[in-house]
Amino acid sequence: MLLIRCPYCEMDRPELEFRYGGEAHVARPADPMATTDAEWAEFLYFRTNPRGLHAERWRHINGCGRFFNCLRDTVSDRIVTTYKAGTPRPNIDGSAS
Amino acid sequence: MSAAFRVSGGAGRALRFTFDGVAYEGRQGDTLAAALLANGVHLVNRSYKYHRPRGILTAGAEEPNALVAVTRGPGRMTPNLRATQIELFDGLEAKSQNNWPSLGFDAGAINDIAGKFLSAGFYYKTFMGPKATGTTLWTRLFEPIVRQAAGLGARTSAPDPDRYAQFYEHCDVLVCGAGPAGIAAALAASAGGKSVILCDEQTEIGGSLLHEATALIDGRPARDWLATARATLEGRAHVRILPRTQAFGYYAQNFVALSERVADHLAAAHPVRERLWQVRANEVVLATGAIERPLVFPGNDRPGVMLAEAARLYLNRHGVRAGARVVVVTAHDSAYRVALDCQAAGVTVAAIADLRSAPGGALVEAARAAGLRLIAGARIAGTKGRLRIARVGIAAGAGATEWMDCDCLLMSGGWTPSVHLHSQSRGKVVWHEDRQMFLPGPSVQAERSAGACNGAFGLAEALAQGDAAGAAAAGAKSPPASYAVTGDPPQSGGWLGRVATPDDASGKAFVDFQNDVKADDIELAVQEGMRSIEHVKRYTTTGMATDQGKLSNLNALAIAAEKLGKSIPQVGLTTFRQPYTPVSFGAFAGSNRGDLFDPVRQTPIHGWAAENGALFEDVGLWKRAWYFPKAGEDMHAAVRRECRQVRTSAGIFDASTLGKIEVVGPDAAKFMEKLYTNPWAKLEPGRCRYGLMLNEAGFVMDDGVIARLADDRFHVTTTTGGAPRVLHHMEDYLQTEFPDLRVWLTSTTEQWAVIAVQGPKARDIVAPLVAGFDIAHEAMPHMSIREGTVCGVPARVMRVSFTGELGYEINVPADYGRAVWEAVWAEGRRYDAVAYGTEAMHVMRAEKGYIIVGQETDGTVTPDDLGLNWAIGKAKKDFVGKRSLIRPDMVAEGRKQLVGLVTANPATVLEEGAQITTSATPAAGTTALGHVTSSYDSPALGRSIALALVADGRKRKGETLHVPMPGGAIAVTVVDPVFFDPRGDRLDV
Repeated sequence: MLLIRCPYCEMDRPELEFRYGGEAHVARPADPMATTDAEWAEFLYFRTNPRGLHAERWRHINGCGRFFNCLRDTVSDRIVTTYKAGTPRPNIDGSAS
Repeated sequence: MSAAFRVSGGAGRALRFTFDGVAYEGRQGDTLAAALLANGVHLVNRSYKYHRPRGILTAGAEEPNALVAVTRGPGRMTPNLRATQIELFDGLEAKSQNNWPSLGFDAGAINDIAGKFLSAGFYYKTFMGPKATGTTLWTRLFEPIVRQAAGLGARTSAPDPDRYAQFYEHCDVLVCGAGPAGIAAALAASAGGKSVILCDEQTEIGGSLLHEATALIDGRPARDWLATARATLEGRAHVRILPRTQAFGYYAQNFVALSERVADHLAAAHPVRERLWQVRANEVVLATGAIERPLVFPGNDRPGVMLAEAARLYLNRHGVRAGARVVVVTAHDSAYRVALDCQAAGVTVAAIADLRSAPGGALVEAARAAGLRLIAGARIAGTKGRLRIARVGIAAGAGATEWMDCDCLLMSGGWTPSVHLHSQSRGKVVWHEDRQMFLPGPSVQAERSAGACNGAFGLAEALAQGDAAGAAAAGAKSPPASYAVTGDPPQSGGWLGRVATPDDASGKAFVDFQNDVKADDIELAVQEGMRSIEHVKRYTTTGMATDQGKLSNLNALAIAAEKLGKSIPQVGLTTFRQPYTPVSFGAFAGSNRGDLFDPVRQTPIHGWAAENGALFEDVGLWKRAWYFPKAGEDMHAAVRRECRQVRTSAGIFDASTLGKIEVVGPDAAKFMEKLYTNPWAKLEPGRCRYGLMLNEAGFVMDDGVIARLADDRFHVTTTTGGAPRVLHHMEDYLQTEFPDLRVWLTSTTEQWAVIAVQGPKARDIVAPLVAGFDIAHEAMPHMSIREGTVCGVPARVMRVSFTGELGYEINVPADYGRAVWEAVWAEGRRYDAVAYGTEAMHVMRAEKGYIIVGQETDGTVTPDDLGLNWAIGKAKKDFVGKRSLIRPDMVAEGRKQLVGLVTANPATVLEEGAQITTSATPAAGTTALGHVTSSYDSPALGRSIALALVADGRKRKGETLHVPMPGGAIAVTVVDPVFFDPRGDRLDV
């Protein structure tokens, strides 16, 4: 079971308190109706699925309820850092293993 | 029966036990294996495939053969326990497994002779073969035989009466394994006050020190040193010692799972049988030791063949001789120490056969000095004996085979470090060619290995490594302790794969004892094309089953590597998976069983429904009143009566489980505009609207009636099962996409009890109870909400209908739910109203063509598919899912659309989920046009009705389609999905 640091509660809490929320920094187009079918499909269905660091959303659903972002290494499953929603992805390079 | 093989009385008191019904005597402190050996019993089991007689091979958790069933009273039968770990108690009853009619004469042993059928890949060849031979042979011939013959112990079918506990614990340092390295680590780690957990699967801590007879630590016998070390640890309040506790799984972030056997060694009842410890440690020291490796030679599985160090353990710890006349076959110096200890205890050591051509070193010299016969460069021809070894054939070098009498053969192929937990922690293991072993590589987690699991086999080295690891784990700056060890000569050696055999060798040479995998099975697997050890494992089943190849993996790997002409690391290593040893399901379940398996949600009105004869159905975690049968009524009769009464007079329904979310804030309407398809900006306070929620992909996600209470306040209802999902979805958009909106969301599902009153008499029933607003038709039209009181209780009353009848839903604070329900019920009785349940509700909504999300929808259904385009705010610039509704596939021809179906025979009720086709006799592989989503016998229509999703369904109205069923196709006609009161006149009263 992972320990995840909630950036709002500022505490390490067990994975059971959290819910995964998919890739982070996938912004919903400001005017969806102005997008082409291809652009909209890209937004809806296409994700980066990297080997290595992955920026992803988590929600402290059984805690403060807030959504936040997380950098996790998809190879080692190690969580490198968590940060508040709306803040940019921290500049951390490469795989953490 | 006298314990003929007990050399010393031992300190323990005498205990009685039975094995296969025969009474024996053992000693306190014995394992079942030790007590059996003391009585001269080696034969304890029959093997998995060939039903060969098998004996006790080891003295620990790695035992592959000596699996027995232990009964501790009714319902307390546990199969597949290792006799080498079962602690004896007075009255213990154990039974052998996998034999019929008896252990001594087993009919299944015919497999041993007919063994050709059971070679490597047997399961694949028979399962996967061509239909004409493979499947038929499997199902007709092999499966019945294999089912009868194969397998381990039988399970008990009674519920487990025992209780299992689960503990969560945190510590600075967790030490797994309490042999010399683990104890030294625990002493060093705890010296400065850090919290330490020391666990070991044995009855007491000490590991190899418990049977160490010659070595001295700091000038004192090992057992004396151990007693002092143990007292020191026990005297430290911050140290927790967990004997009988196996660290079986190493997970992320130093999360280690331990399984503690609490009660299996007790004759008396105990409130807890096992504990599952879930430990989060800042640092972990692995001191898991090493496992002695068997030698692969013909007849190496005969009872009486035992790993050498196991015999030393039984002798020095339990005072039990493994035999009267032993032959030692070894490729490692450690077995010489066994031979010397045996000789000292009065056991005849007929010979030491060393596979190495020129063994040397202190222990070898000591054996020579003791006058033991040493055969160097030995080759093994086989063993003889029926249920116990009687002779072993050994050739010295190129010489002829000499058959030696013996009742016990002690073998050692050297030592395999137990790197399981290190590997589970995601640390790599590294092959050391010079030492012919895998050792832990760099750590990935805060973990370090010490002692034999790290290749430090000597006692001095193990203590030093443990000491250093413990100090480092605790972050101690002080220099580690120093332990002076004497009487522990250096040892070396080892052997992998088949041993050399003379020309007259014969017999099966086993690699995996538990799965009956022979050396030639592995060679056959390679010959038949298996290249990776993972494939060889699956093809031959080597390394599977309860022992997970603890003894066999390296020999199997070496044999495969040799056959492939590759090096061992090139062939690879199978994954070390959790659990290290089997763990009871009970330990994982803990208290989450029976009533505690899942929470049960009950509405405030549940008690009334139960008292009034309701049957309940599970909807998520909720218990919902399903129907209220009267005496003599079955479900159909009750539902028919409930439906008729609602439509002629009135019915009262507990709708409290509906999800409820309060959406509040200056931007509440803007937020609702985004989250629901409908327009909300112009909805006046006091009015309700049917709301449709889509996901971003444009598919229907939820629906419900939404009331606007004020400019800045909405009372949102959701489906019963959808409430958490909808709130999560709303929070997601509010927090991450529209964070500027000033809106707050609160779940109020459990705060409101909801009493639905539906039917022509609904107003007559509700009117006398309300105050503070006018309930008249004109003052309170359909789809409106009023706040006031009901029975003097603050209430929100909505005029809504899910039946097609005039209806009200009374929301009152949950604590008043039952009182208000009873008042409504009392009023309803004057009109002969019924209480109705979810089944009648479902029938009546289907008569009206109202959908249920999750029944008419499955995550691929759009509003248009359901005929709900009217619920979309066409003028809205954006809402979640809007853009997706114009994607090409969403507007394409051929989408499945909601329609009604009627059968030719009005008495035929279709099956929900049944497929719909154009032809009554569709060819195999025909794609269905759609499926039946809801189907009922409708009291209002006096016939069966169904809702269905059918490709281009709206264009097919009037068409005849077919629902193929096992008893023949049922013809149906496509109709409008609204069966009853299509103009809605009954709502406008």
